[in-house]
Amino acid sequence: MKKALLSGNEAIARGAYEAGIQVATGYPGTPSSEILETVAREYGKEIYAEWSTNEKVAMDAAAGAAYSGRRSMVTTKQVGMNVLADALMYTVYTGIEAGLIVVTADDPGMFSSQNEQDNRWYARLAKLPLLEPADSQEAKDFVVQGISLSEKFDTPVLLRTTMRVSHSKGVVTLGERAAVPDEIGPFVRNQEKYVCTAMWAKKRHPVVEQRLLELAQHAESSPFNRIEWGERSLGIITSGITYTYAREVFPDASILKLGMSFPLPVRLINSFAEQVEKVLVIEELDPFLEEQIKAMGIEVVGKGVFPPCDELLPDKIYSIAVDAGFLDKKKDAKPAVPPPETLPPRSPVLCPGCPHRSTFYLLHKMKVPVAGDIGCYNLGCLPPFNAQHTMGCMGASIGVLHGMAIAQLPEKGAATIGDSTFFHSGMPALANMVHNQSHGVVILMDNGTTAMTGHQDHPGTTWSLHGKDVPHIEFKPLLHAMGAKKVVEVNAFDVAEVEKGLKECLDYDGPSVLITKGLCVFISRNPQPPYVVDTDSCVACGECFKLGCPAIVKSNEHNPKTGKAKASIDPTLCVGCDVCRQVCPTGAIHPPIGVERSEA
Amino acid sequence: MNKIDFLVAGVGGQGTILASDILAEVGMEAGYDAKKSDVLGLAVRGGSVLSHVRWGRTVASPVSRKGTIDYLLGFEPLEALRGTEFLHPQSTALVNTQPIPPVSVSSGDAIYPAKERLEQILHAVTANVYFVEATEEAIGLGSSKVTNVVMIGAFSALLDVPVEVWEKVILSRVPEKYSQLNKAAFFAGRELIQGARIS
Repeated sequence: MKKALLSGNEAIARGAYEAGIQVATGYPGTPSSEILETVAREYGKEIYAEWSTNEKVAMDAAAGAAYSGRRSMVTTKQVGMNVLADALMYTVYTGIEAGLIVVTADDPGMFSSQNEQDNRWYARLAKLPLLEPADSQEAKDFVVQGISLSEKFDTPVLLRTTMRVSHSKGVVTLGERAAVPDEIGPFVRNQEKYVCTAMWAKKRHPVVEQRLLELAQHAESSPFNRIEWGERSLGIITSGITYTYAREVFPDASILKLGMSFPLPVRLINSFAEQVEKVLVIEELDPFLEEQIKAMGIEVVGKGVFPPCDELLPDKIYSIAVDAGFLDKKKDAKPAVPPPETLPPRSPVLCPGCPHRSTFYLLHKMKVPVAGDIGCYNLGCLPPFNAQHTMGCMGASIGVLHGMAIAQLPEKGAATIGDSTFFHSGMPALANMVHNQSHGVVILMDNGTTAMTGHQDHPGTTWSLHGKDVPHIEFKPLLHAMGAKKVVEVNAFDVAEVEKGLKECLDYDGPSVLITKGLCVFISRNPQPPYVVDTDSCVACGECFKLGCPAIVKSNEHNPKTGKAKASIDPTLCVGCDVCRQVCPTGAIHPPIGVERSEA
Repeated sequence: MNKIDFLVAGVGGQGTILASDILAEVGMEAGYDAKKSDVLGLAVRGGSVLSHVRWGRTVASPVSRKGTIDYLLGFEPLEALRGTEFLHPQSTALVNTQPIPPVSVSSGDAIYPAKERLEQILHAVTANVYFVEATEEAIGLGSSKVTNVVMIGAFSALLDVPVEVWEKVILSRVPEKYSQLNKAAFFAGRELIQGARIS
């Protein structure tokens, strides 16, 4: 049988192929983005894939496709689930015509997220089955089996990974694609099932409750859940990636591995607990399993020793288990040698040539209070800019700016929001600002892509996941149609133009929008010859360092009067965006002499 | 079949993810179970990238424990130092000598460890350290972008896996128009390891 080394996300995409899924939707978000990218790249002929404008739209679309008879999948990162949730709730009531699987990729350790929420709770809240693969092989298999489960029980299924499952790779045995319908329709007109109006939804709720009882029964003998018997002195109950850590740290213990972690198999858990002396529940983040198992009247140890924060990596499990007396310290274990000194950190920064740089340079200079949003431009909150003062979730910036205005804050504020984020959830907030007549500057940082998550398309781009030259939405007419009277568009690489536009918008009495237009360097891919610093003209004033450009470094030469280091430019990093030349007060920075700029 | 654990450390944009993919796939092709785990996040924007690669009869966790890594591949000296706590006294480290100063250093807020200090730190953990000028070699071949394959080439000389397996996996993972360049980089790396030992 054919084998391949796949990441969890690639394996989920493969699972979608083998399961006969025909429609896949989602909104980009680390650590989930590679699922749809792989679907489009590898299985684009068999599966329609799209980046939807937000997670809720993606879920509604997947539901509509599943109602129409096509097996469907929707993907999101953990926080996107909050956006998606409204749609999730009704699909659990309606059920489906063809299998529907919802994939949430959680981020314990917050490698690229604003919180550490544990999306397993959504299974209990929405009342649908929850699958937790531990590695790439299971990630693929669980999608295939999840679709069967979905169709057998007439319910959407929630598949939850974590960053370590999504981004780790493992050997996967590949299978064939299931048979799928070519023709579908006519659309099923079953209003009592698919219209969640109160009189009919009231009849669906008992169906949901009964379905949960049947799923719990199914879980008792389901191959998703298995016991690996070892020594009976210690029994471990675990799920997902934590199973692989537990297996490694406790090679001799008995383990009940829950692949389907909601609803729980009560008899299986009871029987396991009865046959071991002590039960340890090992799970990352919240006591999701622990609380339910304790409610069965079983005595277990879990969050009493394992923390609810951060990843629960093997080293941490080991040291906690030793301290709590669940494991004897290995006699030959040598303490790891940490590096002897604090090493210089390597923090993420705005790339050389980033179109966002000029705006943050000016916001810092003009001391404007800024409500920020999710995207690369969140790096504007870091030094040397320190120019984003709030950031909570997708689309929050405009609503928070509105709140600052209606609170009658004496300063005029600004919001920074990217093009993709604006389509995702910024538009309702701007409509609200216009309708309720508050004031403030919405800076729409249009870099022509969803940059931070890997340069995906959105409704403002001329390409999509499945095609080129697609119709795109222009911001200016859109904003005018939304009732924004003051809309100024500037070239993000022209510092004076951005400054003029920003002042004009700040002076305006009402909601204004400043569009800073400039392509992400990964989209333009048009590097120019690196700039140079004329050391004699440089007075070491430090103005260019305020741009936080990784290409601008401190040279070994100093201003003899101030003792401050002069600037120099790293030619391997500079892409010749010209912004530093514009802020240099002595004209010391210039393009290389005698080298032509190239056109895109 | 003994287990072998690797750690690949570098900077976003250096091609360390591809290198660790190649390493894991070579393990699979050589008959091992193989797993790997990368920390991605904002890596494209010049952050630290750390990848665990594990070969064994069966591999459970994709992440290794501290003090258990057999081989460290440092694509950048400072990043190699961040991995030292995963090493043990018998570990082998292969480190590219070319520094990439982080912004904390270029902005003057922090100091990049001196070469001597760097070697001292590594040698305090293990005596088996190889320094190679992989970036220089790659530039000599025509592109700094193949530094990762030069490193893989150098590393391949330290492992008991047939050269054909490495070649096959590398060529399946790089664009066809760069096949010759990558092949040259791989073999240049293998040469580089001769006499690179510092003891």
